[in-house]
Amino acid sequence: MPYTPELKKLMKVVEKTRPARVQRKKKGLEFSAIPVDDRQKILKKYHPDFKSGNRRKIRVGPSKGYSISHEVVDLLEAHSRVDPKKIDLSRVAYETDVLVIGGGGAGASAALLAQESGAGVLLATKLRMGDANTMMAEGGIQAATKRGKDSPYYHYLDVIGGGHFSNDPKLVSTLVLEAPKVMGWLEKMGTMFSKFPDGTLKTMHGGGTSRKRMHYAGEITGAEIMRTLRDEVKNRPENIKIIEFSPAVELVLTNKGQCAGAILYNLETEEYFVVHAKATVLATGGSGRLHMQGYMTTNHYGATGDGLILGYRAGVKLRFLHSVQYHPTGAVFPEQAEGLLITEKFRGAGANLVNVDGEQFVYEREPRDVEAAAVIRECSPDRGKGVPTPTGKFGVWLDSPMIELLQGPGTVKREFPGKCILFRRYEIDISKEPMLVHPTLHYQNGGLEIDESCQTSVPGLFVAGEVSGGVHGENRLMGNSLLDVTVFGRIAGENAARYSRAKSPRGKPTLEHVIRYNRELEKAGVKTDRIAPMLLPDYSNPEVRKRQLTTQYQGTLR
Amino acid sequence: MAAQRKKKKRADATGKKLEQQQKLVPIFIMGQRHLVPDSLTIQKAMEYAGYQLVRGCGCRGGICGACGTVFRLPDSYRVEVGLACQTVVKPNMYLAQIPFFPANKAVYDIEKLSPTGADVSKLYPEIFKCVGCNVCTKSCPMDIDVMEYMARAIRGDVAGVAELSFDCVMCGLCAARCPAELVQYNMAVLCRRLYARHIAPRAQHLAERVREIEKGKYERPLRALKSADIKDLKRLYKEREIEPEMAEEDWTPESNDYL
Ligand SMILES: Cc1cc2nc3c(=O)[nH]c(=O)nc-3n(C[C@H](O)[C@H](O)[C@H](O)COP(=O)(O)OP(=O)(O)OC[C@H]3O[C@@H](n4cnc5c(N)ncnc54)[C@H](O)[C@@H]3O)c2cc1C
Ligand code: SF4
Ligand code: SF4
Ligand code: FES
Repeated sequence: MPYTPELKKLMKVVEKTRPARVQRKKKGLEFSAIPVDDRQKILKKYHPDFKSGNRRKIRVGPSKGYSISHEVVDLLEAHSRVDPKKIDLSRVAYETDVLVIGGGGAGASAALLAQESGAGVLLATKLRMGDANTMMAEGGIQAATKRGKDSPYYHYLDVIGGGHFSNDPKLVSTLVLEAPKVMGWLEKMGTMFSKFPDGTLKTMHGGGTSRKRMHYAGEITGAEIMRTLRDEVKNRPENIKIIEFSPAVELVLTNKGQCAGAILYNLETEEYFVVHAKATVLATGGSGRLHMQGYMTTNHYGATGDGLILGYRAGVKLRFLHSVQYHPTGAVFPEQAEGLLITEKFRGAGANLVNVDGEQFVYEREPRDVEAAAVIRECSPDRGKGVPTPTGKFGVWLDSPMIELLQGPGTVKREFPGKCILFRRYEIDISKEPMLVHPTLHYQNGGLEIDESCQTSVPGLFVAGEVSGGVHGENRLMGNSLLDVTVFGRIAGENAARYSRAKSPRGKPTLEHVIRYNRELEKAGVKTDRIAPMLLPDYSNPEVRKRQLTTQYQGTLR
Repeated sequence: MAAQRKKKKRADATGKKLEQQQKLVPIFIMGQRHLVPDSLTIQKAMEYAGYQLVRGCGCRGGICGACGTVFRLPDSYRVEVGLACQTVVKPNMYLAQIPFFPANKAVYDIEKLSPTGADVSKLYPEIFKCVGCNVCTKSCPMDIDVMEYMARAIRGDVAGVAELSFDCVMCGLCAARCPAELVQYNMAVLCRRLYARHIAPRAQHLAERVREIEKGKYERPLRALKSADIKDLKRLYKEREIEPEMAEEDWTPESNDYL
């Protein structure tokens, strides 16, 4: 759907103020940033995390009393998908040294390193291998590789400042020190990063960076990394076995409290299978598809926070889950593209965010939460300067045509071919017309508690990637997540392999923890017919659902 | 519960909104007729019709290649293909998804290969069977000139394949329609890796930085940051020098500390 006549009229205002804004940019005059000490003020007033009534306390489990969004608590307080008493744990379908749960960036990195450390690996994933948030990352991956202007020291400061100084210092230190090594690893594996002819890696700014440190592979950095990792995982078929469409629905522990594998659910045959593993890596990614507060999301179909549920029931604490990342710029027009991420790179390349009056209202490189809060403020009745969309929402303009004026005609098409193709389908030429954007649910800042070796409080259970919490504190900066998943995925894989070789005595497999958890729910007076993990969101039509009247399943026929 | 109610209300509201605003059109999903709003993508239309997608749905944003779909429009014998999450429905279209394609993938050790036509054709000898029919190019939802990159592969131009195939989402639609039974996209990922591993020059600055880290150059400054109190960290954060947006590659900060 091309822009409506009303929107085209509003666009004229943007065109009018554009030349002056381009001039300012050219002179290096930036809109003044919100002072660090004032950030909390705008966040408290406008960021969705702080909206009252959106959180409640978890009534059971290791982080009982911790207050997080309803959508997550609903799932934490739900029942298991299976009756733990009905599962015969002695009927083992798969034995492995290391079980990796999740086929995204963290899972693939873990599988590779575990295999290289001598372990046999089973990788179980919910959809296809690589159908993951990692595939969707566009912008880039941070690492302080540029000598002479950058170092892990400045990377550390950026990460911890972006996270409002709440991050776990040990995890941050590991992240920034391992970053260049991971870049070297990816380069050697044959990842096509964008380079200058002499091999120097191209880098740019991202929100909250003090040095241009974001490496990229065109505008599909995550896809390029994921394609490469997936290809490499598949090159080791003797030692890495992949099972797709088989999500884990419960972890198995031993009576000594060690992790001993998981229960997998075959989405097609609807059977449950027991996996015995000497060590387990949980790498199930994020939870955007829970649509906190009804927000649209950038996340892939399987981002339903399953790992949080599994780990929590097994006894691992949660942290930083009270803060959710809203990406400042998700498409709000046309409706078909709603929620779709419009990368920060547009702002990095020079595009302003402007309101309905054509005024710039925020510095383009604020940390994401601050930037998102500023857009929400602009669209709020307090300011009333949002641009109304045909579906009754509000957005602001992302002035992409500025890029052409700053960096020469053809730049938008060259730098953002994917987005150009996409908007062309809707008859919108983003090198000439700005995009309409609004914050969209993007990233799970927190998750399961780990230490810098990815070990959890449950021996034998390692956690890596978006499902973990701590490294980004309350707010992740762009480009630090692809980094997080490769850095900690590798560490988890290596340590899981080491653990699988340890001769420590292991107990008998049991699902006693699930039975205990259910009992705790009952005691706390939780009444629900919900089950978790969710596995897939339900977008079916409510009208159709009303006619789906099966009262009891007959075999597997629905 | 409140959240649940809110969600339901929202879903209902979207349902109503869609019906009020949009025209419903008939489509045929695997032969069955359904009425769906005309603005929906095939993916959302299937959900609207009552399907819970398990296969054939990944990113929902045109990058993972999970949702390859074949369809035919009325009054045409032609079979067309596209990504379900990117293709808007058309009245009376007949469609089915191909969420899985049993494609051949060679297994190799990238370290032991050279970026030559010889090595590519050792792993994928069948590429020479290409008949130049161009069906692959016509099928590609990413507008990639697939036949051209196949031609380059046959000529041994690994860098050319890497460059031309860069936007490939590995949806398999080209392979599904290829009369010569080739698996273009698996051959292409091999070439991209060969190019990046063996042809593109290595980043010297990266190798040197890794050496510095391994020698422990940053251990001490990072230890100091790890144990710094918040007040000091805030000050260091505020005082850090920011590389200007428009700075050139060779920009250097005023202070060389901790580099
Ligand atoms: C649109 C978008 C753009 C982004 N851009 C950037 C960027 O530019 N830079 C950056 O650094 N970061 C970016 N991110 C964030 C980053 O991509 C993710 O945070 C990161 O890739 C997560 O990796 P992961 O391996 O932890 O999870 P994922 O990559 O999501 O992988 C999780 C895997 O686990 C599987 N799974 C889920 N549940 C189960 C289960 N129960 N059992 C088995 N398997 C399961 C999933 O199917 C999936 O394969 C972006 C994210 C999105 C969505
Ligand atoms: S080249 Fe083939 S696999 Fe790749 S995007 Fe095009 S049709 Fe899909
Ligand atoms: S479809 Fe197959 S045979 Fe035809 S041009 Fe493409 S690769 Fe060659
Ligand atoms: S669902 Fe990923 S490309 Fe369509």
